[in-house]
Amino acid sequence: MTDNKDTEKHEVETTGHVWDDDLREYNNPLPNWWLWTFYATIIFAVVYWILYPAWPVGDDYTKGVKTVTVTDEEGNELYSGHWNTRARLIDEMQNSASAQKQREYLESVSQASYEEILSDPDKMAFARSMGKVMFADNCAGCHGSGGQGVMPYFPNLVDDAWLWGGSVEKIEQTLLNGRQGNMPGFAQIQGQQAQDLAAYVLSLSGHEVDAGAAQRGKQAYNVCMGCHGADGTGNTAMGAANLTDSIWTYAQIPDAANLEEKKAMIKDVIQNGIQREMPAFGNRLSKEEIKMLTAYVHELGGGQ
Amino acid sequence: MADAQPEELYKAREPIHPRSVKGRFRRFKTGVLVVAYGVFFLLPWVRWERTAGPDQAVMFDIPTRRYFLFDLTVYPQDMYWLAGFLILAAWFLFFVTGMFGRAFCGYFCFQTLWTDFFMKIEQWVQGDRPKRLKLEKAPWGPHKLYKKGLTWFLWVATAFWTGFTFTAYWANAPELLVDFFTGQAAFAAYATTGLLTFTTFLMAGFLREQVCIYMCPYARFQSVMFDKNTIIPAYDFKRGEGEAGRHKLGRGFKKREERHEQGVGDCIDCGYCVQVCPTGIDIRDGLQLACINCGLCVDACDTIMDKQGWPRGLVRYAAEKEIEGGEPARVIRPKSIGYGFAISVVTALLIWGIASQSPMDFAVNQVRQPLYVTLADGSIQNSYELKINNKQDRSVELDISVAGLPDPELEMAGSFESLTMEASGRQRLLMRIRHDPSELASGQHEIRFILGAKDREMEPIVQETVFYVP
Repeated sequence: MTDNKDTEKHEVETTGHVWDDDLREYNNPLPNWWLWTFYATIIFAVVYWILYPAWPVGDDYTKGVKTVTVTDEEGNELYSGHWNTRARLIDEMQNSASAQKQREYLESVSQASYEEILSDPDKMAFARSMGKVMFADNCAGCHGSGGQGVMPYFPNLVDDAWLWGGSVEKIEQTLLNGRQGNMPGFAQIQGQQAQDLAAYVLSLSGHEVDAGAAQRGKQAYNVCMGCHGADGTGNTAMGAANLTDSIWTYAQIPDAANLEEKKAMIKDVIQNGIQREMPAFGNRLSKEEIKMLTAYVHELGGGQ
Repeated sequence: MADAQPEELYKAREPIHPRSVKGRFRRFKTGVLVVAYGVFFLLPWVRWERTAGPDQAVMFDIPTRRYFLFDLTVYPQDMYWLAGFLILAAWFLFFVTGMFGRAFCGYFCFQTLWTDFFMKIEQWVQGDRPKRLKLEKAPWGPHKLYKKGLTWFLWVATAFWTGFTFTAYWANAPELLVDFFTGQAAFAAYATTGLLTFTTFLMAGFLREQVCIYMCPYARFQSVMFDKNTIIPAYDFKRGEGEAGRHKLGRGFKKREERHEQGVGDCIDCGYCVQVCPTGIDIRDGLQLACINCGLCVDACDTIMDKQGWPRGLVRYAAEKEIEGGEPARVIRPKSIGYGFAISVVTALLIWGIASQSPMDFAVNQVRQPLYVTLADGSIQNSYELKINNKQDRSVELDISVAGLPDPELEMAGSFESLTMEASGRQRLLMRIRHDPSELASGQHEIRFILGAKDREMEPIVQETVFYVP
């Protein structure tokens, strides 16, 4: 650009300033597309100032214009303000086609009886996917993500043994009101008597024990009978476990290495008892949610 | 050079107003136009009977993720067909280009078709080339405004209907039509129609041959596929130029014999071939980038030759080899065999892929939390989540069984024994397998879920998974 002749030849207008004797500046206009884009951004900015929070004014700022109001089905206002993607999200969560469809489904499932839910594959699939989320939010903390439980504190919900009953009505009751699981400790049962009783309890579920010991233990079983029943099948009305099946909800019999260990575990339960509590959820969850969870838990593995 | 003005790098486009022409290739071109427009504009309105899904013969249904093509329903899992189809289309294009040059450009490309149709509108409103050129030069006035305005109005109408028709492939056409004009259609429908209206109007109305010359990538790499055997519209320069070049008809140059005596060729330099060219080139300059192989110059020259009573073919479809040496082009050559083979293979694979479409999608996921559970009677239970997607247009009563275990007990979650899948329906199921562990070694056992139909009119689908015993 320092070449004087070159500038003259091109006949390009210069700004007229001359630096260092021969340094000139071309006066080329900006391209039109650039210029118009620039004007457009100015117009955009002005519109934006009006519509959105923009200028600081003292301690406050200009709030923009309320352009969007989102209401739920009953007409309650959920959001009111300028448009943004958050407003759109609130609107979509409330009023989009899929949200409405979900509400319809929830409505139809909550209207239906348990029998209808369980016998309809579509309702069942919906209850399972919705129940899964609610289970993760409310139950998984104790019972594990898949309902597998944590021994010996939180029972396994996937098997078909139910301390308080495995019908939908019973499960619903458990969820609504919670359960107080309480087996008193029998500290007075000591020594050989405790050994014999443990042997008898093991024999109920088919474990091989000394027949004589089991026979003697049967006498001591009298104190257990009130809850666990004469035949040891338990009582769901008070959460007394069935002692004749293969499932152990407290003593970890399957993990024991030998008979002595098994007996020691049983003895521990007899002498110290069990205190477990399931909190009530009736005041925390809605009726529909309880229904969804009940169906979900019922279908985890062994509803009755 | 120091004194020279710098060369101007930009040249404004001069609008091309091709003259009309009659002839074989013009007729063929019009025929293709009618067929292509007929298919494109009418197809969305063709109705089709289905158990599940819209009653539209061809519809690309994005919300339900299904493409309906007559009796074929394409699911997202079948999308590799699209890859096969595109490969086939590309190779077929290369093949045709290798054999016949830019035949696609000249007859089938939508840019050519729409430009051609827009030119027909122009001709119908404004008249043939001389009148159009005159109108172009004329100052703006009521007459020019009326002629141009009417042309533009018809262009916009055509462009709009083009855009709307395209949109109608993605929705139920009659419903869309009503929704569109009552303001109830989806934003995407307005956006698509609007964008295509605008681009069609712009591309076919104003940009025209510039699209072929500057924008289309195909024009740029076509030369790779050409060879001396490729049949292209060519000027027979030996015959046309003779020894002394071309010469206009005039005193002493009227008869063929007179001309030949003076060494003058058969080209009378009438310029008709240039005037009819939609891309505004002179075919007598030889093969060039802008030529779209439409053959209108052939028709033009044939018309002149017929009038003169001279043999046709001064401008004709011929290979370079034929023009230079008189040898006819070879059709069977490595290029045609290679492309032919590749096209056949892909076509066969595509047909096989479509014919062997799985009637259902079937996925089995073992529940891993917990992996297994011991039941009251001591048996082991594993749970599985099944996802089934019926791709058939009929409802099917499912028959699910399991193989690979000596004595499995299979149970569906929920109190239903059998399950009927609606046409095009989807279902998620929880299934449980129970087994006596005393019959099985501990560890994983390979098992197979077999999904069949109770009516046996479906090839069973097998999914492998495992059964875990502690």
